[in-house]
Amino acid sequence: MSKNSIKEKNIIGFTINGQAVEAEEGWTVLETARYNGFHIPTLCYHEAIEPSGACRLCVVEVREGDWSKVVISCMYPVKEGIEILTDSPRVHNVRRWVLEMLLAECPASKEIQALAAEYGVSSSRFASVDKENQCMLCGLCVRVCNEIVGVNAISFASRGTSKEIATPYKVPSTACVACGSCVTVCPTGAMQARLDQVRGDISQRTGHGHAH
Amino acid sequence: MTQQSTAEKLDQSRLNSTQDLLSLTESIRGRRDEKRPVIIVCHGTGCLANGSPNVAEALRQAIKEAGIAAKVVPQIKTTGCHGFCSRGPLVIMQPAGIFYQRVQPDDAQEIIQATLVEGRPVERLLYEDTKTGERIIHDYEIPFYKHQQRIVLKNIGKIDPTDIYDTIGAGGYLALAKVLSRMSPADVVSAIETSGLRGRGGAGFPTGRKWASAVAASKKRPGPVYVVVNGDEGDPGAFMDRTVMEGDPHAVLEGLIIGAYAVGSNQGFMYVRAEYPLAIKHLNIAIEQARELGLLGKNILGSGFDFDVEIARGAGAFVCGESTALFTSIEGRAGEPRPKYIRSVEEGLWGRPTVLNNVETWANVPLIIERGADWYKNIGVPHSTGTKVFSLVGKIANVGLVEVPMGIPLNRLIEEIGGGTPGAGRFKAVQTGGPSGGCLPYELGDVPVDFDSLTKAGSMMGSGGMIVMDEHDCVVDVARYFLRFLEEESCGKCLPCRLGLKAMLEFLNRFARGEGSLEDLAELENLAKAVQDGSLCALGGSAPNPVLTTIRYFRDEYEAHIKEKRCPAGVCKDLISYIIDPEKCTGCGACARSCPQGCITGEKKKPHNLDPAQCIRCGMCLDSCKFSAVVVR
Amino acid sequence: MKEQAETIDEILDRYPGEPRYLISLLQDIQAEHGYISREAMTLVCGHTGVPLSRAWAASTFYKSFSVEPRGEHTIKVCLGTACHLKGGTRLAEGLERELGVKSGCTTKDLRFSLDTVNCLGACALAPVVVLDEEYLPNTNSKKVKQSIKRLDAE
Ligand SMILES: Cc1cc2nc3c(=O)[nH]c(=O)nc-3n(C[C@H](O)[C@H](O)[C@H](O)COP(=O)(O)O)c2cc1C
Ligand code: SF4
Ligand code: FES
Ligand code: FES
Ligand code: FES
Repeated sequence: MSKNSIKEKNIIGFTINGQAVEAEEGWTVLETARYNGFHIPTLCYHEAIEPSGACRLCVVEVREGDWSKVVISCMYPVKEGIEILTDSPRVHNVRRWVLEMLLAECPASKEIQALAAEYGVSSSRFASVDKENQCMLCGLCVRVCNEIVGVNAISFASRGTSKEIATPYKVPSTACVACGSCVTVCPTGAMQARLDQVRGDISQRTGHGHAH
Repeated sequence: MTQQSTAEKLDQSRLNSTQDLLSLTESIRGRRDEKRPVIIVCHGTGCLANGSPNVAEALRQAIKEAGIAAKVVPQIKTTGCHGFCSRGPLVIMQPAGIFYQRVQPDDAQEIIQATLVEGRPVERLLYEDTKTGERIIHDYEIPFYKHQQRIVLKNIGKIDPTDIYDTIGAGGYLALAKVLSRMSPADVVSAIETSGLRGRGGAGFPTGRKWASAVAASKKRPGPVYVVVNGDEGDPGAFMDRTVMEGDPHAVLEGLIIGAYAVGSNQGFMYVRAEYPLAIKHLNIAIEQARELGLLGKNILGSGFDFDVEIARGAGAFVCGESTALFTSIEGRAGEPRPKYIRSVEEGLWGRPTVLNNVETWANVPLIIERGADWYKNIGVPHSTGTKVFSLVGKIANVGLVEVPMGIPLNRLIEEIGGGTPGAGRFKAVQTGGPSGGCLPYELGDVPVDFDSLTKAGSMMGSGGMIVMDEHDCVVDVARYFLRFLEEESCGKCLPCRLGLKAMLEFLNRFARGEGSLEDLAELENLAKAVQDGSLCALGGSAPNPVLTTIRYFRDEYEAHIKEKRCPAGVCKDLISYIIDPEKCTGCGACARSCPQGCITGEKKKPHNLDPAQCIRCGMCLDSCKFSAVVVR
Repeated sequence: MKEQAETIDEILDRYPGEPRYLISLLQDIQAEHGYISREAMTLVCGHTGVPLSRAWAASTFYKSFSVEPRGEHTIKVCLGTACHLKGGTRLAEGLERELGVKSGCTTKDLRFSLDTVNCLGACALAPVVVLDEEYLPNTNSKKVKQSIKRLDAE
């Protein structure tokens, strides 16, 4: 890089579904796709929050010569000359299974049902453990609380199939400032439903505003 | 656990140059009395569990009583695992090299009297060749050892791992001396590249190339570089890394120091699994002793190179063996992996260039330096050089740890070294690579055991666990077992893994109940591919391997479950029944007492009856019957 | 077990107050107290500067931590592959019935905690059960039951 080009952004050229696109260095495939009007579904992505790569709905297939791999567009950095396929058979296979499994996982979520229907998935062969569940653990609430609000009231707890969103020792958090950001970013109704478990009885609070 | 250290008090002051180290090596070797009897008592985890500390104590007592202490004091030396754990506790009499197996405390007096006083072996404690029935005196003549090539394990079972002098006497740290006195960091990287060494932790990535990338990355972004030992060894049924850490901790440490020098790192970490307390203890002792001698810390051997290392204990999570999860765990958080579109040699621990290698990979480094990359390259096969340590477990006669050159055919490993499956004629399948690997059938017995051949067969080298199965093991059950393991160990962050493993398990559970259809089998394969493609890290990414390979090589067995509602191996609970063979039943009543359902009835001393309608197939009666009268149909 | 308050300061003193020592601190507390109480976790967070929610995430993520008091004795059944093939799963199911708790849980009287573990690295002795510190090699349900009875009688 020569000295006077440092301020200028490097422009990267590649293709999405065969169409040539351009992106600035440092962009992700998802950003480029959306900028150019390609639709890619997402659940755990939010412009204002660091991506985490949890839901895997945003998968695309990337090809470079003979090499090909399924990657997540929300985090995959753009690179000169790659070919991106947003709906190849491999991509489609991942998406349809994730959606079918999500239908069973979050039977109470209207949003997930709508998204699944968009991809032709209307019923699930898998067992639902909790008929009321709407949360698919995308983690947006945890990330907004930690990164943006900065109070760290909630976190993931446990792991694997027991993983959940919780407050320490499962009692309402004293760190919670009842800002409601978690409810705002939640892509389903799940956070609204469990808000009282997080912030406790708000009428008991003496003041509000900031965490100490 | 008691590990009595035979280490004499460190009397040596700091070593200030490589010359000091060479002199120390010479003086330790010179002081050795080659004729002094040394009684080696294995103190690896297997033998410890079998009571080897009591054996050592009994031997000490017997020596005292025999009164031979007056002439030459025999030394009792406790060592790491000899690999032949199924024969433990092991005792080896040096310098004669007499190999005693399954030794009990009661045998101590006879051992001392016969071997040391009368100079003859105790016949009944010698190993008996399973084929010829001949008693074998020396370990190197036993088929289990004869066909191995032990270079990484060369010191294990010979040295006292808690005594740095014993290690140095065996040539420990000579490679480090060579590096510090005669090689530049670039020389070291290039030697490792030339050797062809590939990572022993699973994926087989070329180690030299990894180091070179780290050097390049740190040139671009000046600042700290880290070197890390992956001692998480979570693969259920594998214990080679544990054996190396417990039995020769200095080998890992020396490799790490050399690697640090090569990539310009001043701080290292050893991430060790929580379930391995003895390994942690021995590594801690090794680090302390190395620090005292100036082999670690500031200005190592007067070379001006500074390096130190810290142990990070795992806390019980298989996924923390994955590189990004491991770093997160060292940083003090829950070990969730993160996408690796930027490699960890560039952004690893605390976002800095980091070299992560497996325990066995590090332990190979001093060997390559000391004996040369060309020597190393000639062991094994062209794209998989050197040796590999495997743990042979399951339905195999010689359960234990073996080291063989890469490329050895699978069936030679199992039949010649492992002694084949006990009883039954031949093995049915072998799972290589643990839960991320695949299940290979007997028919593929001539596949060479190297990185690329195993991958081509749909399995992988993994960390080196080899689980041998016979016809009483059901592949549907085995696939379920691995999935259940991974489901429990999944971090749960990404959906294809958290939900996909559970969904795959639902399919398999259906098959195990004799339900489902052939379409389901095809759909399971599609789901497996979605999980492979969609998962964030290699835990989910490789989880489908056991399912896909068992379907590929044992489709008929799946079909037997689905179409005929039959489990050919007699394992899947819903497809079998227990019955009592009236010919064999003596009417002792043990089964009836053990049955939690109370569904076994009968008069004393008369053949009993089992009511299949109430039986939950828990197998308690099977365990309790001394006459093999309970049979599975 | 010593009084928790007595030991906690001594444990905190072992590590510098940096976030990366969170896991080590929790491990030492787990080893000393048998579980991580809310009070202990709060003190660790104060020492390391880690938010309580993140410590909660870590203590529930790793299998060797417990956030509830554990039984006096721990029974660990190995379910590693070698042990599974030799009947470990059957053993675990039998013990669940015997003690009336699922694995991972503690009996009501706080006498026993039943855990399953994945490979203790003693595969040659499969199936393996560990009672507190004692290994029971090549065991079966009958032998384990007897050993438990013996412990219970003590
Ligand atoms: C779920 C999972 C578990 C792993 N466990 C281990 C392990 O226990 N030990 C190990 O050395 N590598 C393990 N690995 C591989 C490491 O991520 C990494 O590739 C390896 O430590 C690199 O060292 P190497 O190149 O010397 O093999 C694991 C990988 C995954 C995805
Ligand atoms: S593949 Fe499994 S273990 Fe890896 S990130 Fe996804 S959920 Fe976690
Ligand atoms: S949106 Fe990319 S992984 Fe969820
Ligand atoms: S523990 Fe003694 S031989 Fe393995
Ligand atoms: S499988 Fe149980 S000890 Fe290894």
